[in-house]
Amino acid sequence: MSTALRRYPVLIALCVAALFMIVPFLIVALNAVKSPAEYSQNGPLSIPDGLYVDGLKDFWERVDYSQKLFNSLLISGFVAILAVALSVLNAYAIGIGRVRGRTWVLAFFVLANLLPQEALVYPIYYLSKEAGLYDTRLSVIIVFTVIQAAFGTYLLSSVLGEFPREIIEAARIDGANKWQILWRIVVPVSRPTLGVLAVFFFIWTWNEFLLPLVMLISNDNQTVSVALGVLQGQRLMDATMTNAAALLGVLPAIVFFLLFQRTLTRGIAVGAVK
Amino acid sequence: MTMTVEKRGVTGTAAQAGHPRRRRDSYALFLLPGVLAFLAVIIVPFLMNTYVGFTDWQGVGSPSWTGLANYRELMDDSDFWASFRHSLFMVVAMAAVPTAVGLVLAAALFDYIGKHFGSKVVAVLRACFYLPQVLPIAVAGIVWSWILAPDNGSLNALLKAIGLSSWQQDWLGDPDIALYSVMGVMVWVQIGFPLVVFMAGLQRVDPQLHEAAELDGAGWWRRFWHVTLPQIRPEIYVVLTWCTVAALKVFGAVYVLTKGGPGGATNVPSYFSFTTFFEKTQVGYGAAISTVLTVIILALSLIGLKLQTRAEERA
Repeated sequence: MSTALRRYPVLIALCVAALFMIVPFLIVALNAVKSPAEYSQNGPLSIPDGLYVDGLKDFWERVDYSQKLFNSLLISGFVAILAVALSVLNAYAIGIGRVRGRTWVLAFFVLANLLPQEALVYPIYYLSKEAGLYDTRLSVIIVFTVIQAAFGTYLLSSVLGEFPREIIEAARIDGANKWQILWRIVVPVSRPTLGVLAVFFFIWTWNEFLLPLVMLISNDNQTVSVALGVLQGQRLMDATMTNAAALLGVLPAIVFFLLFQRTLTRGIAVGAVK
Repeated sequence: MTMTVEKRGVTGTAAQAGHPRRRRDSYALFLLPGVLAFLAVIIVPFLMNTYVGFTDWQGVGSPSWTGLANYRELMDDSDFWASFRHSLFMVVAMAAVPTAVGLVLAAALFDYIGKHFGSKVVAVLRACFYLPQVLPIAVAGIVWSWILAPDNGSLNALLKAIGLSSWQQDWLGDPDIALYSVMGVMVWVQIGFPLVVFMAGLQRVDPQLHEAAELDGAGWWRRFWHVTLPQIRPEIYVVLTWCTVAALKVFGAVYVLTKGGPGGATNVPSYFSFTTFFEKTQVGYGAAISTVLTVIILALSLIGLKLQTRAEERA
């Protein structure tokens, strides 16, 4: 009995803490549906009188939000697929092929993964201008495919290092060549891990800021993150517009979160120790 | 999550007998696309950046070699030192505090809420804490800069509503407070990551250890300190290393919340190098700043990796 009574304070404390984490989202949602007049009269904490969606609509049209969403989806989607493919190829050679010098090759990918983007950003900006790729979505796709594949190679090499050798031997005896073993056996068997990787690559790329900010200057190419970040940096938005921007920025994240919740909060364990 | 995978599987086992060398090495072809892509996107730009750090260059024409001049200038640049001092504050906000709070939260959720209220409650609470982690930092910045706005911002409105008007502040505009406000936002952003990693780690702690300690009369805090903490030490090193590196790289939040201001009060190395590159176009100087940042990050990562490996061997 006494322990039953003692349990609740802990639960309540944790619930209050959790509430604090999501309160910012609630306030934003609350204020995104208020009219400017109502906002200036009643302030940010009042309950809205009705649903005012003109602010959201205005903002959507003003920043051409459909285009931004499309750009983000396009870039993140391609990066997720291409980076997983590149990681698989690398990891196949390192983890299963056990190529000579693999320790060094792996160390190289780890280092690449640790480098801060600040140490790459100016040369990438300069080189992409030289190559005529500046301000294209393709340039961002290429750069992030490689950056994400650094992490993917590291993770997958260790996963494939423990791939059951008997299966590969059996396929080889049946006459399968290396490509067939890769596509018909290794990839299908490791599909759950590849899926987790793809989800992480997608969301990481969606959230990236520095490189897209530098590389994508024209409105038609910008991602959601860059467009919203630049708008905020210009300090030109009024309260209603800021909230519309915030709500429209938060919504995709919440959708991904609900879609991938299991992967995100448990799949991370794949990357964590053991 | 960089340093989190065990290396044993890849490097430890020696090549197995019965594989002629010729056959093994033809796997090298599979590395070709990766190696070429890494050369173009990472190695060449990185070497260029390192080289440019030793030159005077405005981004046009050819760089002129100046040796260590940029680095000597950095040593006397108070903005440079300030930006790294602010990095230390970011390490507190993004590594130290989230790790400590995350440990307590993870342990409480795992062996208190989980045992007494079921895994559904745990999943919902964990989701709440993790949500900011999936938010683009630019969006988190918009949300918070509006909440922390001096006029009609939610925080000031709330303080007024509960009769604490004198506590109202220009949270992001006052040079004495701005850095702490940014730190607060970063704690909110970061807390979900340690929580989730620690909860995964707790699953491999043997429950019998806890039961034995409980039978011996150890309270929750003592069990947390003497049983839980030592068991998940590898995860603690992973999280500390990863979060410290993230703290040193912080850029988006500063760009969106304060632009390094007011008066440089929240400037950090990555934002400092960004403005030096693209606003002042002192590319050589910017490259030197980012090279220093890189060296520090690589050194810290190696130390973290060492600590983690040692902890794993012991565990």
